[in-house]
Amino acid sequence: MFATASTQPANVSEEVALSCRSLVKHYGEVVAVDGIHLEVRMGECFGLLGPNGAGKTTTVEIFEGLTIPDGGRVEVLGQGWGEGNDRALRERLAVQLQETQFADRLTVVETIAMFRSLYKRGWEPDEVIRLVELEEKRDARVGKLSGGQKQRLAIACALAAAPDVLFLDEPTTGLDPQAKLQLWDLIETFRSRGGTILLTTHYMEEASRLCDRVAIMDHGKVIALDTPNALVESLGADEIVEFSLEGFVADDRLSRLPGVRGVRSRDGNYLLTVSSVAEALPALLAEVEIHQARLVGLTTHTATLEDVFVTLTGRKLRDA
Amino acid sequence: MPDVIGAKPRPSLEQSPPPTDAVKTGPLTGAAPGPEASGAGGAPSLPGTSRYRSVNPLLELTLARIREFVREPEAVFWVFVFPVLLAVALGIAFRETGPATVQVAVEADGRQGPGSSSGRLMEWLEGRSDIEAVLLSPEEAARALRTGRVALVLQPSPSAAAATGNPETGETGSPPRPLTDLDSEGLVYRYDPTRPDSRVARLVLDDALQRGMGREDVARVRDVAVAQPGARYIDFLIPGLVGLNLMGSGMWGLGFAVVQARTRKLLKLLAATPMRRTHFLLSFMLSRLIFLALEVVAVVSFGWLAFGVSVHGSILELGVISLVGSMSFAGLGLLVAARTRTIEGVSGLMNLVMLPMWLLSGTFFAATRFPEFWQPVIQVLPLTALNDALRANINEGLPLAASLPDVLVMAAWGGASFLLALRWFRWQ
Repeated sequence: MFATASTQPANVSEEVALSCRSLVKHYGEVVAVDGIHLEVRMGECFGLLGPNGAGKTTTVEIFEGLTIPDGGRVEVLGQGWGEGNDRALRERLAVQLQETQFADRLTVVETIAMFRSLYKRGWEPDEVIRLVELEEKRDARVGKLSGGQKQRLAIACALAAAPDVLFLDEPTTGLDPQAKLQLWDLIETFRSRGGTILLTTHYMEEASRLCDRVAIMDHGKVIALDTPNALVESLGADEIVEFSLEGFVADDRLSRLPGVRGVRSRDGNYLLTVSSVAEALPALLAEVEIHQARLVGLTTHTATLEDVFVTLTGRKLRDA
Repeated sequence: MPDVIGAKPRPSLEQSPPPTDAVKTGPLTGAAPGPEASGAGGAPSLPGTSRYRSVNPLLELTLARIREFVREPEAVFWVFVFPVLLAVALGIAFRETGPATVQVAVEADGRQGPGSSSGRLMEWLEGRSDIEAVLLSPEEAARALRTGRVALVLQPSPSAAAATGNPETGETGSPPRPLTDLDSEGLVYRYDPTRPDSRVARLVLDDALQRGMGREDVARVRDVAVAQPGARYIDFLIPGLVGLNLMGSGMWGLGFAVVQARTRKLLKLLAATPMRRTHFLLSFMLSRLIFLALEVVAVVSFGWLAFGVSVHGSILELGVISLVGSMSFAGLGLLVAARTRTIEGVSGLMNLVMLPMWLLSGTFFAATRFPEFWQPVIQVLPLTALNDALRANINEGLPLAASLPDVLVMAAWGGASFLLALRWFRWQ
């Protein structure tokens, strides 16, 4: 494993692949997307991270030309939807949707060949099958595939179009760790060869591993946008201490402890961002003692995007 | 815990040029991940020319439809086996059993024997080939009438009782004695006049008795038995079954497949591809062509082999009629499925559209039996048009030109519903 030194990998160009300004979408009373601005560059893997209902899928589907926004300006590869050139634009995009179920009675190769035939250019179905490592299932019915295999098939159908931009909506949701890793490899391969990706996820590991930049979304708004590294660094802390108390300690008491950068609390559950666990922990235990409170559980870990989300919203990604 | 952030296992491609066409066309080739990646180390080959490039999307979509259909055993049963079973069942129920006879019961009047009036009536009726009479007690006779075993009950006149004894009693082998000596008053026919078979039985029986009692015919008439092809019920039925089957398979085949693809979000995914909408909808129509031929051949050849129902018209024109009919129902199926989101919803709509045609369009009995003021509606239903055109061809051997109005009715339904479906179609 080798880290990239710069915040922006070299094969990300200055050319803009996707952009939106003041994007708004309502569903009845519900505001799904609330005036967001985004810009994704060519060759970039851009992540939308957020809990369910944050507006990620709506945003992606607006970019895909499947949903018409109520307001704002969207550009995909330099042009907008509904300007008379949609079909030519779709030739350069490929989409994986969260809930698509392919026809059970077609085989893997038949399904990919059908999608391939819809595009003017693209790759041989067998080539794509090799890429997603479904060779053994080439002639198996789609209905007989496992969840991970189906998800790889979905990506294979998208890749068969040889797209410039690939849209992935929660590609690994519901997959086991092994299948997840396989898909990540696949996405990285596409990305490493110059493909542009817009990805939604509610797994922070996925966002940190795959994405060059991440926009954290909540309630239809972008609440933070940067590289995963920069987002975590913005906490000003390397480590996180989480604990629960029986009893009460005021937040401002905790924030004055040595090494503590920030405090979040909710119903007796506390989250401290700390620069040094070694400094903060003894002081914390002493403080708890003074207040005659009882520590119920305590964990520490390296700061992640999840902590960024919790710090920004006071909620966790999964149960937000 | 490893620091996953910032340690991306990603090849650095610092010298990578800005995305050119070459990069765009083949960012993945030659560098497949995994141990079995082929051509490792080799220069990335540009796929540019793929043999799939020439494949027509319409052809691929149609092939997918056909594959999905033939791999579904239930669908194959309903389309091919069910109509044949229906033809078998109805063909047997209505098969010809020689000249028709009427079933009547004669009430026994208590005094058994050849001398009793019921005995005399039975004896006379047994000489008639068109009447099957049984001697039953009044209770049994009433029951037989109620359950439909007989069409009519004949009650002898109570006073009759061999009023004038005939000396030549019981000579076997001789023609039955005329009933001229029986009391001609008080015979009762008991039957339900709304039952067509009962009315026929009354006419036949009355004729037999009147003659027996000495009526002379005034007019001289001659009967000519006609056995024209197309006159039997099964001849009427087979074209109707072909029509019904084309309607059922056309509408179900399309409606279900479309709604299923919609509930599975496959339509939404297709909408995100450069696929032409018309190609998608046409693929459904075209896949019907293949099955259409098989369906028509299955039912028509079964009718021919099992019941001798032959096609009197041109086979080619029969094909044209079936094609237009099938397209008409394919269009209707698409329209019904154009916006429906659930399988339950589409099932209800299908039944709503098809049930009136099942009943009104003359599949099992002639549509003209419905009241006159319904006819303008009935005659423009696509199934009525299809059934009429099929019968004109199969039974009457008329040329296609004679069925032109029917063909136009079907084409209008098909074209209009296809265009509306295209316009209203919901992809998500």
